[in-house]
Amino acid sequence: MRAILLLVLMYSLPSLAVVEGYKYQFDSVEETQRFVHLAENLRCPKCQNQSLSDSDSPVASDMRQKVYELMLEGKDNKEVTQYMVDRYGDFVTYEPPFRPETLLLWFGPVLIFSFGVLLIISIRKNQNIDAADPLTKEEHARLQALKDKADSL
Amino acid sequence: MNRSLLFLPLVIFVGMGVLFWIGLHQEDKTALPSALIDKPFPVFILNTVESGESTNHLPEEPVLVNVWATWCPTCKAEHAFLNQLQREQGIKIVGINYKDDLVKAKQWLRAYGNPYMFNISDPDGQLGLELGVYGAPETFLVDSKGIIRAKHVGDLNTKVWQRLLPKFEAME
Amino acid sequence: MSMVPEYGQLALIISLFVAGLQFIVPAVGLRLKSEWIMAYARPLAIAQATFLIISLIILGYGFVHDDFSISYIANNSNTQLPYFFKISAIWGAHEGSLLLWIAMLGAWGMAVAMFSRSLPLEMIARVLSILGLVSVGFILFIVETSNPFARSLPNIPLEGADLNPLLQDFGLIIHPPMLYMGYVGLSVAFAFAMAALIEGRLDAAWARWTRPWTTAAWVFLTLGIALGSWWAYYELGWGGWWFWDPVENASLMPWLVATALMHSLAVTEKRGLFKSWTVLLAIFAFSLSLLGTFLVRSGVLTSVHAFASDPERGVFILGLLVFWVGGSLLVYAVKAHNVTSFGRYKWLSRETFILFNNLLLVVACLAVLLGTLYPLIIDFAGLGKISVGPSWFNTMFNPVVVLLAIVLPFGAMANWKSDEFARLAKANIIAITIALIIGLSASSMMAGEFNWQVVLGVTVGTWVIAGSLADMWKKSRGQLNRIPKLNRSYQGMILAHIGVGISIVGVVMVSHYSIEKAVRMSAGSEAVLGDYRFELVKFGHIEGPNYISDAAEVDIFKEDKHIKTLVPEKRRYNASGQVMTEAALQVNLWRDLYVSLGDKLPDGSWGVRLQVKPYMRWVWLGAIFMSLGGLLAIMDKRYRRKKAVVKATA
Repeated sequence: MRAILLLVLMYSLPSLAVVEGYKYQFDSVEETQRFVHLAENLRCPKCQNQSLSDSDSPVASDMRQKVYELMLEGKDNKEVTQYMVDRYGDFVTYEPPFRPETLLLWFGPVLIFSFGVLLIISIRKNQNIDAADPLTKEEHARLQALKDKADSL
Repeated sequence: MNRSLLFLPLVIFVGMGVLFWIGLHQEDKTALPSALIDKPFPVFILNTVESGESTNHLPEEPVLVNVWATWCPTCKAEHAFLNQLQREQGIKIVGINYKDDLVKAKQWLRAYGNPYMFNISDPDGQLGLELGVYGAPETFLVDSKGIIRAKHVGDLNTKVWQRLLPKFEAME
Repeated sequence: MSMVPEYGQLALIISLFVAGLQFIVPAVGLRLKSEWIMAYARPLAIAQATFLIISLIILGYGFVHDDFSISYIANNSNTQLPYFFKISAIWGAHEGSLLLWIAMLGAWGMAVAMFSRSLPLEMIARVLSILGLVSVGFILFIVETSNPFARSLPNIPLEGADLNPLLQDFGLIIHPPMLYMGYVGLSVAFAFAMAALIEGRLDAAWARWTRPWTTAAWVFLTLGIALGSWWAYYELGWGGWWFWDPVENASLMPWLVATALMHSLAVTEKRGLFKSWTVLLAIFAFSLSLLGTFLVRSGVLTSVHAFASDPERGVFILGLLVFWVGGSLLVYAVKAHNVTSFGRYKWLSRETFILFNNLLLVVACLAVLLGTLYPLIIDFAGLGKISVGPSWFNTMFNPVVVLLAIVLPFGAMANWKSDEFARLAKANIIAITIALIIGLSASSMMAGEFNWQVVLGVTVGTWVIAGSLADMWKKSRGQLNRIPKLNRSYQGMILAHIGVGISIVGVVMVSHYSIEKAVRMSAGSEAVLGDYRFELVKFGHIEGPNYISDAAEVDIFKEDKHIKTLVPEKRRYNASGQVMTEAALQVNLWRDLYVSLGDKLPDGSWGVRLQVKPYMRWVWLGAIFMSLGGLLAIMDKRYRRKKAVVKATA
């Protein structure tokens, strides 16, 4: 019980996992977490693959400050991200856009998986792999019992 | 099973090989294309470096807008070229003094020359953020109607200007 | 000036010629069907490795003696650098790490030459010949474009530039060597696969020979990746342990395929099936090793981890890549029909489970590849610049892991050829129930609220552990003293699978329940995070061997009991002036406590970042279990039969 109370207390305090986190104070836990989420998903335009939450370059600092101000104005995640994209381009968000040219990116893995499944099915059909079962149910049970016994010897 | 399917991995790999070949011959990979091409120059109200007076618009003619700072060594190297551009070709340049100290900036201009029509002081980087600036030096080509037509990241020099001049002249 | 480095260079060049002979001589022997010519393959492989190791040792000698006349040493070392870092600086940058890579490649070839007495000479000749050619390509690369012994004459610096402070750490000493052992180890499976393709046949014995080599390479890769993650965690200062960075992905991809390869080899050995898949996976795995080398050293991708890039080097590696991957895939396309399998199995069978397992692993690998390369594709097609980051990778990768976890215990215990759903279900009812109970309670235990992702993740992770333990329980008939009597291969499998479950649980818990706080602290101030109270006692300075740091003394209390005093630092390295954040940690099995310094503020206080990360150690503990499991499997009795196998007949 005490653990839960402490946890509740913990969640009511702002906690910020970003560089210079102490600068950005919010009223609620949700807003704080939203800030971290945004900072982690926006990319520092200058660094070699670092998010706004990890980078200590000056431009990242400016951008974090802007995200903070926009959030205080009441902007939601989409608006904040769009604000940055409007000025820095798509590069600056780690979540790739959903556009004709990125359809292959978003659907690629599912397509590859489906292709694989179809391939396996078709190979099985062509090679006629499906074994006709030569044993009856009782014989299967006997076989299994023998196997179990052998395994544990 | 269809024998030709065995060639699929090879075909995919050849595609990747082409991709890498192109990739190796790319020039500066860290330069981000500007998101503001063919969009208006952002609205601003800031003071100039030279007089401290408020300014809120660019001249109504084609200009280079050059982002620079005293803490930026490449800007110093670029400065001589900017002087040359203004002196010999009469190119109009407006400067943005980015995240810098006003006193240092004035001293710098006195020491190295001032090819700029005027310099906008942007100590907090607010205007820079609106422009998608992430480092210095950067240069924008802006036409007489205030529309951004091109951006170059990095210093301006003879080679770069060869590429940019036609764009500049094409601007109205 | 010492002439020793010239000997190092000489050793390199000699190894190039020996590698060339290693390629040609056995090939000639095969063509002429002459056994005494083929027999030269072994000594040549041993000689090649020897010269490369000599070359490596000489480079190390140069580091220890501060020979700054060699550019590489001048760029990566310093007189103040502690001795163990001077040695590990050998692989601190491109040229030296490449030499390490090549030396290890030679060493694997030497190992194959020495530990393969039971293999037919013809097979060994082919395998070593192929390995010889691989070495030729890489030694040529290093000699032509990346000579670690290049001199910096006529100006010999008096002092070196220092090893990158990020690398001045224990992690650097072992992470790259482990990783490289894994990467180059996959060349052995590759060579065996190519030999089989060229020979036009592949039998179960081939699979039995190839398996331990592949498992060994896999073990090294597992450890290498885990070490890299662990190292990034405490070294970079922000508490992250995986970023889906291109260089990290470059190591994960071959690991995924190597895992599939290990399992495919099991099927080929036991049932003579999946031959064509196994060969393709072996080619795929090594190709990914080569691809990783290309991505990291060519400058094609931007990453914190990448070596300094040089297009000339990039073109050379691309050439090697095209030759090996393109060549082997071409040979595969043309000759794979000779290694088809004949055998039958029902839909519900261990074969199908493993097939599905491999499909998932390959899909995961291809997804990671797609995400890593997509920004390049978009860029070169002139469609702008995008970034593909952790949220996309997690969206694609995590569901695959969940599916794999669900299938795993079933697959490990299913009968070959044919099994029944009822039997599988009955055998696992207890394990599934336990998993569900733990999964459901995990979420409410930690935060008092239902989080379906946590429930799902912990359930499947626990299911993997419970299902594996249940099977072992059954096999040992409920008697603990029977467990050591089970064969090592089986023990290894169970241990490795348990490791998978442990890692999954760790990842889920630490991702969802890490709590963090960034506060301004001055001497005497305190902050509370979770159950813990952090008291900043005082600030101070520390003088290290080659750095000076600002440090803070932080006392940690839980329920007023003092747990530990941590000392996070902000180090400034003397030679390079670089500033590094040295985080301080206090860890146990259930949580990590992580404290790092941010910036010093004008009023003298510091920004301090505090983190409590539950189950963090589980992530790497799982990897250790996996590696131990693999190690056990290699030690199985059947790999150590000294009897020569009957000469290969069709």
